[in-house]
Amino acid sequence: MNWINQPWPWYIAGPIIGLIVPTLLLIGNKTFGISSSLRHTCAACFPSNIKFFKYEWKKEVWNLFFVGGIALGGLLTMLLIPNTGNIEVHPDLANDLTKYGITDYSGLVPSQLFNWESLFSLRGIILIVAGGFLVGFGSRYAGGCTSGHAISGIANLQWPSLVATCCFMVGGIVMSNFILPVLLNL
Amino acid sequence: MSIIKNVSEEPIEYQERALDAVCINESHLSHPWWYNFKYVLVGVLFGLVFVKAEIISWFRIQEMFRFQSFHMYGVIGSAIIIAAVSIMLIKKFNVKTIHGEEVEFHPKTFNKGQIIGGLLFGLGWAMTGACPGPLFAQIGTGATVIAISLLSAIAGTWVYGYFREKLPH
Repeated sequence: MNWINQPWPWYIAGPIIGLIVPTLLLIGNKTFGISSSLRHTCAACFPSNIKFFKYEWKKEVWNLFFVGGIALGGLLTMLLIPNTGNIEVHPDLANDLTKYGITDYSGLVPSQLFNWESLFSLRGIILIVAGGFLVGFGSRYAGGCTSGHAISGIANLQWPSLVATCCFMVGGIVMSNFILPVLLNL
Repeated sequence: MSIIKNVSEEPIEYQERALDAVCINESHLSHPWWYNFKYVLVGVLFGLVFVKAEIISWFRIQEMFRFQSFHMYGVIGSAIIIAAVSIMLIKKFNVKTIHGEEVEFHPKTFNKGQIIGGLLFGLGWAMTGACPGPLFAQIGTGATVIAISLLSAIAGTWVYGYFREKLPH
């Protein structure tokens, strides 16, 4: 039972995630996608007479149950079978992050970057608030996120989803290698 | 009267909902609301894998974008292959849902949003170390400040909706 407390390899995790696509299709004709939940939240809470949010969000309420389940899954995993020990990262990344004062590898989310106090620093506001904003704005503008485009879109051979996924990667590569080093120095 | 109204209004409502969304869902059956708990179960499984395979880790996302680890490429790549094979089999054997419905697929049309929005999303993904799914899972694991990122992502979605007509597509 040692494996249960160890990080799972990609060849276990990837196929399980892949199987979520046919599972959702077969249990209720639902297409795997997560960023839509953000839109349904807007439609449910702040439609503000915007055409884009004036639709019957209740027809998509399954999506909100699904994301609620994801949060619950995270909670239960931490309570019952958490990964033990520090996260192992590539030595080059660790070296690089040390320069910016990031040395704590005990959490999946680096606590030295993402904590409530960091909301009062420029670095924290940019990463937490602006980063989140770009995730929401960008995924809706692109029509989907990693789940909708990269996984269910490409799996259904939709070439626009491949285009979107390539752009996700380009944006991420530029941020991680060129912009983030500047932001982390703030 | 009400039947005529439904027939004439549904396609418009449907198109509205399908705008800029890959994941438009149209099951034609109506079920009691608590049927939705089956999606909670699938979500819990997803959250479990997210945590156990460290997919929601900011560090893993940085390694991916810096080409320092194969892990995330392996996760996403194998997920795509398994999903693609599953969809192929569903189409080939015309597999029905557990409620006997025909499985529906909706083709996606190209627009510039997939490029511009895609690039912006990528920037945000590398900053937060999370795409929308992991945001929920991170909050679940106790990283409560990520709730601010999530609220900000909802705000981003709202701002997109507000300016949608003025943005290039």
